[in-house]
Amino acid sequence: MKRIVLMGNPNVGKSGMFSRLTGAHVITSNYPGTTVDYSRGTMHIGGAATELVDAPGTYSLQPSNAAEEIAAEMVGTADLVINVVDATNLERNLFLTLEVLETGKPTIVALNLWDEAVHQGIDIDVGSLERLLGVPVVPTVGLSGQGISDLIGRLDEARPTSTVAPMDAEERWKTVGRITDAVQTITHRHPTFRDRLAEASVRPVSGLIIAIGVIAAAFWVVRLIGESLIQYIFEPLFELYTPFVLYLSDMLGPGLLHDILIGQITDGGIDYVESMGLLTTGLYVPFAMVLPYIVAFYLTLSIMEDSGYLPRLATLTDTFFHRLGMHGYGIIPLFLGLGCNVPGVLATRVLETRKQRFIAATLLGISIPCMAQIAMIVGVLGSFGMQYVAAVFLTLAIVYLTAGLVLNRFIGGECPEIFLEIPPYRMPGARFTLKKTWMRVRGFIMEAVPYLFLGILIVNLLYTAGILDALGTLLAPLMEGWLGLPAEATTALLVGILRKDLAVGMLVPLGMTPVQLVIAVTMLTMYFPCIATFAVLLRELGLRDMLLSAAVMTGTALLVGGLMHMVLAGFFGGGL
Amino acid sequence: MTTELITLQAGTRAAVAGFTGSQGFAWKLRTIGIREGKILTVVARHPFGGPVVVSVDGRAVTLGRGMARRVLVDVQA
Repeated sequence: MKRIVLMGNPNVGKSGMFSRLTGAHVITSNYPGTTVDYSRGTMHIGGAATELVDAPGTYSLQPSNAAEEIAAEMVGTADLVINVVDATNLERNLFLTLEVLETGKPTIVALNLWDEAVHQGIDIDVGSLERLLGVPVVPTVGLSGQGISDLIGRLDEARPTSTVAPMDAEERWKTVGRITDAVQTITHRHPTFRDRLAEASVRPVSGLIIAIGVIAAAFWVVRLIGESLIQYIFEPLFELYTPFVLYLSDMLGPGLLHDILIGQITDGGIDYVESMGLLTTGLYVPFAMVLPYIVAFYLTLSIMEDSGYLPRLATLTDTFFHRLGMHGYGIIPLFLGLGCNVPGVLATRVLETRKQRFIAATLLGISIPCMAQIAMIVGVLGSFGMQYVAAVFLTLAIVYLTAGLVLNRFIGGECPEIFLEIPPYRMPGARFTLKKTWMRVRGFIMEAVPYLFLGILIVNLLYTAGILDALGTLLAPLMEGWLGLPAEATTALLVGILRKDLAVGMLVPLGMTPVQLVIAVTMLTMYFPCIATFAVLLRELGLRDMLLSAAVMTGTALLVGGLMHMVLAGFFGGGL
Repeated sequence: MTTELITLQAGTRAAVAGFTGSQGFAWKLRTIGIREGKILTVVARHPFGGPVVVSVDGRAVTLGRGMARRVLVDVQA
């Protein structure tokens, strides 16, 4: 099968183009480095299947980080290259274009973001550019699909360049300048409100004020949407569902099957959190407690990603992250990790060195709860008062900071500085935002629910076999003596390896005090990543670093848990 | 007068004169659009050892303080 590779600078819309050409759905955002690995898809040209590869963005074929290395390798394997060029920034993009042309691969150039260029008063003479480069050039708008059929129609005209010969870097820069001067006319315009806002949001003082506003608004929106979905949609749905479950319970009668499907019935009613049946807790936790917040979070994240705000936040927080051994771009894995740690760990690839990636991944595993877990923490602890929820997040924030400072000191390696292009602000489109949110929510449903079912099944079987009680007794000295938790909480911590949201729910029937719950859910976040995160950490860090990272997590969790036991007992009174 | 980019206050316009440090560093900056002869504007300079934001050809780039020390510029009137 023939292979076409999409090549271009970071954040020029390659992934959007990929979605357009293949119909496959990949995540696109308005910041450099969204694609850290390549994606493949199939497109049909004149009936023949062709493989299309979406390479990570690169400024040059001489790579300066891991993602760029992948991109540079991809060119060698291509039968045809679609070079995606940012029409609003032609001069800089042409350097890579020339490098690609010099490889002698058949190439076609997509002059993307054409609408923005027109809007900015940039006029490019496409015919002349085509003659100078010696390959077809097609203006496109990846977002709206404009020009995409032209691009497909002209793919068979793609050929090795007849006008560009291999040259050294200095000559290449001169050629870039010559071509740009020949084809581009810029009509200057006055700075718009958007330009002023763009500058204000990266300046130290105004930027900080805007950042606080944006983050506060994001929190507020997530809570509002999450709570509204629960109150007006999911709770009423489960009320309609209850009679059906009770009927089924009567039909089944007592026994193992009843325990697995329905779980424990209390006083003739159903406690959906505590009953631990597949059709009760197994559906209620993911759909009525977690899903509403997942929807709310990803909707908000998508808007932040597509607007182009995140690189600005990275600039503002750079000084802070630098102290922790990373740089401002460490905010990307942190934000994605708040949704789910798995994409968070993958996003650590935006950082350049082993040291930075190790710190980012370890801090993620140790102190960033995913949205599923956050939803459960708010759901379970919130009823006792928000100060308990705050105690959990304050502790995690202190751990993030302290562990970062310590790791920065003791982990060897380089800490390169931030080096980041800030994209223009763009208004996120409703259709794209909803589609992206749906892709991620669907991902949650497909992956979380089966694990949750598995977790409930295992708990029921182990419980029946008496293994859980034995484990509880074994770990009792640690749990009771050091952490101040009941021995039964051991079970929840073990289930946390499978699904942390379910594990938080399992703490409810133990009748713990709010302070004990605070300690337990904090431990649950810190002591070990869930199995899905563990798998991707192992892949990204390698066995040795993964073991080191896991040791840091478990060690810190035990230390912090013990401290919390002592401090909180004093603070909230001795009555743990 | 040639000086280091790090010394410029926000709002200053300057022409890129050259780079100190490794070839790889100069390469990285040139490919992102910061290269000899280009006019840049300092958009922001963050305190406490924070980064510098410059605008070149209408595009903003954030670079760490150490990097800004290795970019030589001629201040424009």
